[in-house]
Amino acid sequence: MGDQKVKRSEDKGKGVSPVREMPPPDDESTVSLLRELVNHLRKNRTQLREEWARRITAAKLLGAMSSEEMFAEATSVYDNYVEVLETGAVEALQAYARDLSERIIPRGVETDEVVGIVLLLRDVLARSLFAKYQTDFQLLNRILDAYEPAANRIANTVAVGFVQERERIIRQQQEAIRELSTPVLQVRERLLILPIIGVIDSQRARQLTEQLLRGIRTNRAKVVVIDITGVAAMDATVANHLVQTVEASRLLGATVIVTGLSPEIAQTLVTIGVDLGKMNTVGDLQGGIEEAERLLGYKVTPFSEVSQQPI
Amino acid sequence: MEVPILKQGLYLIASIQAALSDVDLVHLRDALAEKVGKFRARGVIVDVTVLDVMDSFASRTLRDLAHMTRLRGAETVIVGIQPEVAFAMVQLGLTLEGVDTALDLEEGLAFLDKKTKRHTSRG
Repeated sequence: MGDQKVKRSEDKGKGVSPVREMPPPDDESTVSLLRELVNHLRKNRTQLREEWARRITAAKLLGAMSSEEMFAEATSVYDNYVEVLETGAVEALQAYARDLSERIIPRGVETDEVVGIVLLLRDVLARSLFAKYQTDFQLLNRILDAYEPAANRIANTVAVGFVQERERIIRQQQEAIRELSTPVLQVRERLLILPIIGVIDSQRARQLTEQLLRGIRTNRAKVVVIDITGVAAMDATVANHLVQTVEASRLLGATVIVTGLSPEIAQTLVTIGVDLGKMNTVGDLQGGIEEAERLLGYKVTPFSEVSQQPI
Repeated sequence: MEVPILKQGLYLIASIQAALSDVDLVHLRDALAEKVGKFRARGVIVDVTVLDVMDSFASRTLRDLAHMTRLRGAETVIVGIQPEVAFAMVQLGLTLEGVDTALDLEEGLAFLDKKTKRHTSRG
């Protein structure tokens, strides 16, 4: 919570005091003003909600949802919004924002859309207040004084809730990637393959190296094929780590063949100035395994060719 | 602590039993270089399985040892480097370049068999 930056950048410069500094609506006049405001919003619920939905569609927000879904979602956001204005308690809204984010993030709704719709609602409601109180400028001012901080706080809460949910998902996925075991597989006597897929950071690289070196020892491997076809890019640190892995494997008496280097990774390796004499690389996994078999003295012959030979 | 050097056919096997001081390492190097000539050995195996640390002096001495024996007509292979030691070594930049390595004693013997046979068959 309390991430003012999110809010402030969205603040339309209406001279509102920062969100955090807003006092709870204990002031007698503020409470009565908010009550009046809420009554107004309740009374015009249908009309304002429709206006809002129309604006959302016009702004091409929430394109991932059907119009019925959008309308249903808009209704509950509206009701929550009014309720927070009335009670000043954001906890319920926080929970709702979390719940909403959980539902809509998998549908591909973006942060700017969520912030956008909340700001649109704020705008729609502000306009209706203007329309209602335009004759009494003093009252309009006081109404807005009460309304703006509360509205800002709501927008802040929803945006922060959404971003937090996103971050939670990202963290969860990072965890999942990290836990994806990277198998060290024996394909023939003395031949291991290590297929690496996904993003490698230095932590995962370290884990991979440990697994590989242990695998070499337990399987008594002489040749290891590390296939990095599934790795799109690696930074210099990880590339260096790969080179170190190759050297460490050699110290254990195993030859490493690296296969499936993408052009980007090749570029990285050249840029950091890897001694290519130490790196045995082959284009693809098939070539790598063939090379490994050659090193181990295997010769794979199709069965038909074998049976044709006179015995 | 003295490292026992065993003669096994055409090969000499130095089996390190405990952590070695720098002086011990130098002794080992000199003893092997000398015995290679004395026994007309074709290969040398240095077993470092028990070492759980390999510093720059040790790896340099082993590299010198390998080069010295090669000049005296015997191939050297270092066997039994532990995975953790291997990784620590490369991180320190100690890669034993130009020195052959093998997983363990058995692999080292097989390696030497192959290497010396190739040399003899070439004549």
